[in-house]
Amino acid sequence: MNRSEFYEGLKGGVIIAISSAPFAVLFGAVAADNGLSVMEAGLMSATVYAGASQLVGIELFGQHVAPWLVVLSVFAVNFRHILYSAALARFVGHFNPIQKFFTFFLLTDPQFAESVRRGESGIGISFPWYLGFGAAIYFPWLLFSMVGAFFGRMMGDPRTLAIDVLLPIYFLGLVIGFRRRPGFYPVVVASALGSMLGYHFVGSPWHVSIGAAVGVVVAALLPLPKERMPMTAASETET
Amino acid sequence: MADQISMDMILLILAAAVATFLTRIGGYVLITRMKTIPPRMEQALNAVPAAVLTTLVAPAFFNGGWDFKIAMLVALAAGIRYPGLMMLGAGWAAAMVCRHLLGF
Repeated sequence: MNRSEFYEGLKGGVIIAISSAPFAVLFGAVAADNGLSVMEAGLMSATVYAGASQLVGIELFGQHVAPWLVVLSVFAVNFRHILYSAALARFVGHFNPIQKFFTFFLLTDPQFAESVRRGESGIGISFPWYLGFGAAIYFPWLLFSMVGAFFGRMMGDPRTLAIDVLLPIYFLGLVIGFRRRPGFYPVVVASALGSMLGYHFVGSPWHVSIGAAVGVVVAALLPLPKERMPMTAASETET
Repeated sequence: MADQISMDMILLILAAAVATFLTRIGGYVLITRMKTIPPRMEQALNAVPAAVLTTLVAPAFFNGGWDFKIAMLVALAAGIRYPGLMMLGAGWAAAMVCRHLLGF
């Protein structure tokens, strides 16, 4: 285990942990509000470990939606991870199966964004770095969601403290982090339109998968850049 | 009541956890079965993060009230120049001003 890589990962992850702490507290508070105990909220953060979908799941659970529909909605909100793990494949081919298990278990939005940035910059992704980055997010996420569940009923209306605007702003920050990529603007416009149409005509949470699909299809149809490096999946994923 | 753990709830949480893990490993399993990544598919995969994250942002902006719209625009302006936490702080401050001083 390369210690300096691990610590570098930890250091990078701490920033994410701090900025996601309010959401962990928010999740815990919403969970308590919908009848979950501190232990149940903790179990959900420890095993699902996907902020937006945890909030969607809790919201639907609170509305007494059928359990299979709650699970399906969690799957829909998390559908993007299928595309994340596909995009990450070329950078983690050298990991062993156990390392891959942890890699994919810890694959959250910021973990993906940071890993791709690191992979594409040429530094490469080592398992100690990845694990350090993930651990720095995972344990605070677990801790703060239980804190949120514990104090949930005392917090009152999240609107008063403007907690509710933090989540979309956080996602907005991740979006603009990609603004230098080719095709960024057409993809964002297409996804925004697709998600709004999906929201009005199909309903939440399907607008997430519908909007994403529209954006991805537009990206696939955009003209290919003239010069590009040939890349084979086999050479980069089987080592 | 608040300290109890119900079996139904545990099963529901674990089912959600399994569904989530399947999405997290599914793309890797699919892509490694293929010999090469066609250029258009690669271009599509590269667009995934921005495409998905946009769908979490757009409804909040368009369906939200003026407080949301102003907070997100302020955050956007801040986020282009400054790091993430500053962006969060700026947006949060704007929302607090809108709600408590301007009454949106």
